[in-house]
Amino acid sequence: MKLVTAIIKPFKLDDVREALTEQGIQGLTVTEVKGFGRQKGHTELYRGAEYVIDFLPKLKIEIAVSSERVQDVIEAITKTANTGKIGDGKIFITNIEQAIRIRTGETGQDAL
Amino acid sequence: MSYKNYKTILISALLCLLPAIATADELNGADTSWILTSTALVLFMTIPGLSLFYAGLVRSKNVLSVLMQCFAITCVASIVWLIFGYSMSFSEHPSLNQWIGGFNNLFLSDVTRESMSGGIPETVFVMFQMTFAIITPALVIGGFAERMKFSAMLWFTVLWMTVVYFPVCHWVWGGGWLGDKGTLDFAGGLVVHITAGAGALVAAIVLGKRNGFPSTPLPPHNLTMSITGAGMLWVGWFGFNGGSALAANGDAGMAILVTHISAAIASLTWMFIEWIKYGKPSVLGIVTGMVAGLGSITPASGFVGPMGAIVIGLTAGVVCFTATNFMKRTLQIDDSLDVFPVHGVGGIIGTLLAGIFVASQFGGAGLADGVSIADQFGVQLTAVIAVLVWTLIATFIVLKVTNLICGLRVKDEQERVGLDITQHEEKGYNM
Repeated sequence: MKLVTAIIKPFKLDDVREALTEQGIQGLTVTEVKGFGRQKGHTELYRGAEYVIDFLPKLKIEIAVSSERVQDVIEAITKTANTGKIGDGKIFITNIEQAIRIRTGETGQDAL
Repeated sequence: MSYKNYKTILISALLCLLPAIATADELNGADTSWILTSTALVLFMTIPGLSLFYAGLVRSKNVLSVLMQCFAITCVASIVWLIFGYSMSFSEHPSLNQWIGGFNNLFLSDVTRESMSGGIPETVFVMFQMTFAIITPALVIGGFAERMKFSAMLWFTVLWMTVVYFPVCHWVWGGGWLGDKGTLDFAGGLVVHITAGAGALVAAIVLGKRNGFPSTPLPPHNLTMSITGAGMLWVGWFGFNGGSALAANGDAGMAILVTHISAAIASLTWMFIEWIKYGKPSVLGIVTGMVAGLGSITPASGFVGPMGAIVIGLTAGVVCFTATNFMKRTLQIDDSLDVFPVHGVGGIIGTLLAGIFVASQFGGAGLADGVSIADQFGVQLTAVIAVLVWTLIATFIVLKVTNLICGLRVKDEQERVGLDITQHEEKGYNM
């Protein structure tokens, strides 16, 4: 089992979610985050006090999938979250040691 | 014309004057209604106008502390006004009346249901003036926001009103030396804006910079709140300046008219300067311009005409903008909510320009007999300097005394966590 973590631009959420649903993905978690990579921030000016805001709002999506589906999920996200401009985000794949469904107690693949 | 006809005309003319003479201290219903209304409008300027304006400008962890300070000042200032403030400001002192009022009206002992102040009941005058005594210390909050102890702020407010606001109010409006010299301050350029501005400046310096100023961003947490408050201030100001006519008449009408023009012009001036200088017009900029314009026109509102208002509004926009940037970027004094460059400098501008634009050739109400523009300007300048010097020194002393009583500033750790939690054990937002 793998955890697919994707940092994407916030307005891309609906497109990514649709593509994942088409893949048969039944659940995901979304968190509002701030971050920066090589995309420049912006300046804010309040009565002469200038602030450079490096951190940009992003969304973090986490999806737990079986190892066989990882490639398809990566493709789906990459296709839909891509704008071609700097700041599109990144995807990280990590290993899941164990997964449990709280309501039923199912473990492993059955919990995904 | 025969002698008989001439006498008839003369007597008729004198009879026509009678109503004007007879009703000098009789209740004028129209005037009373207007000043009752203005009292509510000016109180509305503090709660919640200024409260929201200021609260939105600080960080979210301090939003309640600002609202609490404004509200508490409203209450405390009212009580102090009742006990001795009104007396000190507006009663006659047997020997020192040039400098301070008497103590014969403590607890408003001389004020009854029947006592009059011109054409309005004295109770109405007491209340109207009280709203000015409330908003002035509330303005000073901007100089010590986000780092002053609540207990210290309470002590400071009482002491500061006693040695700054009441004396200056008496000097200008209560029968003191500045009023005697013919100083023009219709609604409080000297009494409210210069005192508050100078007071905030001293407080900002004595308390010191907020942690992180100026290197760390300390942006406003809720500009929508501030802009809401700003709108309330503009509307309320019609009571502030219009009500200072103490009558429902042409003076009040003109005061509101010039107030409005100055606000609009100063707002746009600030907005355009920002647009040109920084590339974008900001909403905080436009409302700050508004406050500058309103503060500036305040002393002049009863004396100048539309032409004067345009000049005052433009000048306020340009000069206050420059002063704000100078304080923040060059001097790096942490007058957190820019009280001195906006209210202080604005009040100075308006008080000085009132001396010029009162002249009838500029559409003003007209200089006093035998007084030239240069004369009047000199009087205005003297008043500005006197009030500034007195306020700066007295505020410094009050702060030092308050420091001895309970200390002025919160500890570093408390400042980091925020005043809402550490001073009030409350959170503004539980989202």
